Amino acid sequence: MSSRDDILASVRRNAKTVAPDLPDLEADWIQYADLQQQFSEVIETVGGRCVAAESDHDINNALKAIPEYSSASKIASTIPGIGESNVSLSEIDDPHELEDVDFAILPGEFAVAENGAVWVTDKDLKQRAVMFITQHLVLVVPGGEIVPHMHAAYERLHFGPAGFGVFISGPSKTADIEQSLVIGAHGPRSLTVFLTSN
Amino acid sequence: MSHATQAAKFVEDQDRAHWHDQALWFVRAKRDRMATSLPEWETLREKASQIKAYTMSHLADLLEQFERNATKLGVQVHWARNAAEHNEIVHNILFRHDVHKVAKSKSMLTEECHLNPYLERHGIEVVDTDLGERIVQLNNEPPSHIVLPAIHRKKEDVGEIFHRYLNTEEGATDPEYLAEAARAHLRDKFMNADAGITGVNFAIAETGGFVVCTNEGNADLGVSLPKLHIACMGIEKLIPRAADLGVFLRLLARSATGQPITTYSSHFHGPREGCELHIVLVDNGRSEILGSDDFRRSLNCIRCGACMNTCPVYRRSGGHSYQTTVPGPIGSILAPARDANAHNSLPYACSLCGSCTDVCPVKIDLHHQLLTWRREIAVRGLVPLSKRFPMRIAGVVFRRPWLYRWLGGLARAIVPWLPRFLVYNRLNAWGRQRELPNFPKKSFRQTFRDRNEQ
Ligand code: SF4
Repeated sequence: MSSRDDILASVRRNAKTVAPDLPDLEADWIQYADLQQQFSEVIETVGGRCVAAESDHDINNALKAIPEYSSASKIASTIPGIGESNVSLSEIDDPHELEDVDFAILPGEFAVAENGAVWVTDKDLKQRAVMFITQHLVLVVPGGEIVPHMHAAYERLHFGPAGFGVFISGPSKTADIEQSLVIGAHGPRSLTVFLTSN
Repeated sequence: MSHATQAAKFVEDQDRAHWHDQALWFVRAKRDRMATSLPEWETLREKASQIKAYTMSHLADLLEQFERNATKLGVQVHWARNAAEHNEIVHNILFRHDVHKVAKSKSMLTEECHLNPYLERHGIEVVDTDLGERIVQLNNEPPSHIVLPAIHRKKEDVGEIFHRYLNTEEGATDPEYLAEAARAHLRDKFMNADAGITGVNFAIAETGGFVVCTNEGNADLGVSLPKLHIACMGIEKLIPRAADLGVFLRLLARSATGQPITTYSSHFHGPREGCELHIVLVDNGRSEILGSDDFRRSLNCIRCGACMNTCPVYRRSGGHSYQTTVPGPIGSILAPARDANAHNSLPYACSLCGSCTDVCPVKIDLHHQLLTWRREIAVRGLVPLSKRFPMRIAGVVFRRPWLYRWLGGLARAIVPWLPRFLVYNRLNAWGRQRELPNFPKKSFRQTFRDRNEQ
């Protein structure tokens, strides 16, 4: 017998009890009066920053105010009109070439209020490595697209064809040295989320 | 060597043992704050436990469903009966791709299978990229905790290890500085890896995808640069629906480190364009545990580590004293299931306080299972003589109330007058680190009777 058939047979032989049906996931889950405020409070506690922006102009101005941004030499933005992009992600075949990207500016689909997470996918993004290899990450999320909790988040998500998606909550971090929090483990050293008003 | 013997070595350094205890208690306290901040915490735990119960009773069907859907996405699915098969499968894939360097993110399964030494024997360099895991890998020791692999190391130790291997300044202890050095060192490893290996936190039967959670982003960096990604998972990591993740991701990080969610919760559905994604499904004794009414629920574990952080024995004895890949309460249940004789002391490394059961996000009845293991070990005749003999005497005494009363009276009368060496000797394990309490003048019965007469 192949290992596969062996394992499945052993699982079938051993799984004797019949458990009740799967529970439904409806419940009296937490709600927040002001989703935007809840989201921005949580993202601050996990080391990120949240900025409300009226227009692209606002975002560009806010970017320029970030010292690391003004001194950045490689900027990769996939959002037309936002950021002074000088790396064309769609033309990069080998993700290793992204090693020295300073800033990546990407769209986030929606945000989650309870935990400060933003859902980002690699749809229209040839090299998803950029989300993790960049020194600083900027996500632009429509301010109206904030769900209260993860149950609402998964109601929105449909995993059809192949693809990659990630909840990002804050900059990369570690506490592996004596439980001291250090921001900027392997990935981005900072995360800025712009919540747009359109 | 028994847990108690190993633990004795750990507590010899009292300051360090105390520090270790406090470090974990700090994490436990953070978890409490997170749990109490959600009014629906208990509902979440209940749902999680129901989902897992369903999964375990339908596991074969769900595994087949997962395989079908993953294959449709272009994933190559492999099955391994045991650790040896797992290691061979992984090595074969790497060999076919002519891989010499691997960036690996945290996976307790590959630890369980001892994948690193196996691959190294075949001339493949494996770099653990989680900072904590890298620290212990450089120091040539196993992780002592499943979420915080280097929790037993102080920053002075890390400074020393990094000075030796990464050329950091001698005597450096600043976490920022040390982490920055590790970042540079590991960036280089990421850039030069030919393949990435990750574990799996949850695999979704309904979609054929899987989720990996990290704070550092090391799993993502490790697999988004090279063209080959191998994900290794135990068959119990399955969940039926994508929506179930809502429940588990809300519980996992809050229970593990007291964060609202990990920084990255990455959902992999199929390989990147022009790349390969392999999933290795490993049994290694899990299907056997499934057959046991007493221990089946131990398979629900989502490896959050909360039971370790709260355990008074783990906190004071250190992860290495368990001599298993997964230490602490859950490890003391899983290890004897694999080899009861080798791990017969672990179910006794427990005060039966029940704190683990209270914090477990998937409601595993941990302390009940530990107690059941003690009985099981006695039934199988694996209790060491040093325990069996006193137990037999206790049995004789407790069966005879008159004898118990008489011995109690005798002890109260003479023990306070005995010379120290007669009371505190090798036979009195309890008195080794502590003083006996003062003997009362009267027995409990006597005190009770006096009270009623008043
Ligand atoms: S047994 Fe429960 S508390 Fe312990 S690691 Fe597993 S899920 Fe977490």
